[in-house]
Amino acid sequence: MSDIQIIWPIAFHLVAAVVLIGFWRRVDVQRYVSVVANIIAVGIAVWLFGKVWSNGVLVMQSGSWGAPFGITFVADTFSATMVLLTAISALAVSIFSAVSISKERMRYGYFSILHFLVMGLNGAFLTGDIFNMYVWFELIIISSFVLMTLGGERPQIEGAINYVTMNLLASVIFLTAIAILYGMVGTLNMADLSMKLAEEQNRGLVNATAILFFVGFGIKSAVFPLYFWLPSSYHTPPSAIAAIFGGLLTKVGVYALLRVFSLMFIPDEFMTNMLMAIAALTMFTGGVGALVQSNIRKMFSYLIICHIGFMIAGLGMYTELALLGAVFYLIHDIIIKTNLFLVSGVILKIKGTVDMKRLGGLYDEYPKISLLIAVILFSLVGIPPLSGFWPKLFLIQAGFDTRAFVLVAFVVVASFLTLFVIARMWSEVFWKKGSGTQEMDRPFTYFNELKPIKQAVFLAPLVLLAAVSLYIGFGAERIMQVALVIAHDLKDTSYYLQAVLGATHSNTPMP
Amino acid sequence: MEFIVAILTGVLYATGIYMILRRSLVKLILGLILLGNGANLLIFLVGRLSAGKPPIIPEDSSVFTDVYADPIPQALILTAIVISFGLQAFAIVTIKRVYKVVGTDDLDIIDRSDEV
Amino acid sequence: MKSLILRTAANYLLPLLLLFSVFILLRGHYLPGGGFVGGLVASIAFVLHAFANGTESTQKFLAYHPGNMIPVGLGISVLAGLFPMLLGEPFMTGLWFKDPLPVIGMVGTALFFDIGVFLVVIGVTLTIIFTIAETTK
Repeated sequence: MSDIQIIWPIAFHLVAAVVLIGFWRRVDVQRYVSVVANIIAVGIAVWLFGKVWSNGVLVMQSGSWGAPFGITFVADTFSATMVLLTAISALAVSIFSAVSISKERMRYGYFSILHFLVMGLNGAFLTGDIFNMYVWFELIIISSFVLMTLGGERPQIEGAINYVTMNLLASVIFLTAIAILYGMVGTLNMADLSMKLAEEQNRGLVNATAILFFVGFGIKSAVFPLYFWLPSSYHTPPSAIAAIFGGLLTKVGVYALLRVFSLMFIPDEFMTNMLMAIAALTMFTGGVGALVQSNIRKMFSYLIICHIGFMIAGLGMYTELALLGAVFYLIHDIIIKTNLFLVSGVILKIKGTVDMKRLGGLYDEYPKISLLIAVILFSLVGIPPLSGFWPKLFLIQAGFDTRAFVLVAFVVVASFLTLFVIARMWSEVFWKKGSGTQEMDRPFTYFNELKPIKQAVFLAPLVLLAAVSLYIGFGAERIMQVALVIAHDLKDTSYYLQAVLGATHSNTPMP
Repeated sequence: MEFIVAILTGVLYATGIYMILRRSLVKLILGLILLGNGANLLIFLVGRLSAGKPPIIPEDSSVFTDVYADPIPQALILTAIVISFGLQAFAIVTIKRVYKVVGTDDLDIIDRSDEV
Repeated sequence: MKSLILRTAANYLLPLLLLFSVFILLRGHYLPGGGFVGGLVASIAFVLHAFANGTESTQKFLAYHPGNMIPVGLGISVLAGLFPMLLGEPFMTGLWFKDPLPVIGMVGTALFFDIGVFLVVIGVTLTIIFTIAETTK
């Protein structure tokens, strides 16, 4: 059985990136090619999701080398959902980039790097091989390094140093963990690892490897003691780049954690307690960090950390309901975090600053844009029935079921911290009287001087993502069905194992 | 032989971590390179060392007749080396750019983007 | 570094090393070698030329910027990977002609993939080296 279509989300972006390199000097052409390519990519992702939803797990053995010997690509519901969300975010970001990224950056190949980044993300979601996942992670980080430093002046370069160092360190730790894993059981296929690790006698070594994986992915997804690189770097690059980073790069770490800890290392009592403690601290420090910031982008960076905690909490409780909450939150979070950084980009283009002390009066001047942003912010906070509300409900319910009351308290506190931070931002930026930028020589008029069509293109990605967020909120029962299937598959991996290894195991009778 | 490689791996990790903890940017990059090499050597080590036993089936046979070296760790190391080649080239160009923009390689001075 | 010995040697070594790199590329599938190593050897040939005669003359000698080889090579590799999918096989399945060609040997998708890698490696290495050499001046 071989479903060769799985490769399309990866191969298509590769082709798009190569075509874009071909238009190296023609930046005007690059914009259109990239946006069109991303629209097609959304189509491919929807088609893949539909196929997985109706047919179950799709498996491709690349190069026709059967599992567990070759590199296997697997699309289960979780992977297909992530690919779909990635495609939507990437489309929004590429539309926003087309009008907001400077021509100098485009001339250095901004768009082709963007497509390489998305290809890496899709590869990481679709692979069923742990070393192949390492390769995709490397592809992601090297693309993100280029985007991070592209055309940067001092603050951006300085932020990039933190980012580059921590991500390189995370890769080395990831590689070390893979080395120990291979030495221990002699396989790299994740389904095969799942079966062989369960039989492994040396539990101490297995647990040590699990911790190494947790540290490696933890750095990438910015959990409690390992997050400090994120707020010192994410506010420096242009908004479009920060949007794809904030929306997807930390989430691919969370995806890897969910995948690895459901398939390879089933958390024992110690692991779940550790994960819950880390989740609580991540939520708390992220929330408190956001409180003291006056730069909107740094505030959003801390909110990313805060909300990573929710997903780790779901993983830590490790019941089907908790995983459902974590996956639902992941779905909500990718869309909303991408949108938040796009919002900061729009505010920057309207007012010329993202410092809350110097902002104000946005509601008086731009009531329609303000209402759009309000929808996005309310979705983030989780005013019922908007999208942020449902996953928290599941997480709290799961917390009561597992009697993790302290964790529930932290979830509630973190939700209120988010609410407080957003309310403060709303009153400072939108309701405070006066434009707040009087100390400038002349008012900042970049956005007003744009043609109406360009203004519309600026706001289109926000509208697109806000519409998706509203759908997640109001169509929650459908999203819940998807999340339920994913959570069920995470908890009971037999279906995944059978799909990957079934072909080879049917030839040799099982003992 | 395994003992020596194990010691060497440990030394590479230790020096790598020591170099990362220095304040100089150049030493930081050197530390990361050493750590990467340590990880590669670790893969080589855990793949079981066996000298002079290529994983090639002899012409007059259709199966392996002898113990053979595991080719997978070598493939993994080759991949990791190629990747780190790219990353290191990028890192070196980056520190050059940092030095040009900031005028120092002292990490305490470089880290100003963190201020509230 | 303008040494007469190096310059004369580099001029003779350039074609030899290029020939050697193609040899390494072609023997790569079943024997040690392949696109990556071959590409490195080829780029070393140009780097040696640049050492002896200066980067400007190497760039003039190349006529095109080596960066142009990157999309071409990537394109060849991608097509070699995607080609089996036309025949309903998974991505990157090796497809081979039945009979070996003289001199070249067995021809298959893996060879085209390696040729793509060869071009990308030359392009990337030379771009890196020329960029670093330019900015140090």
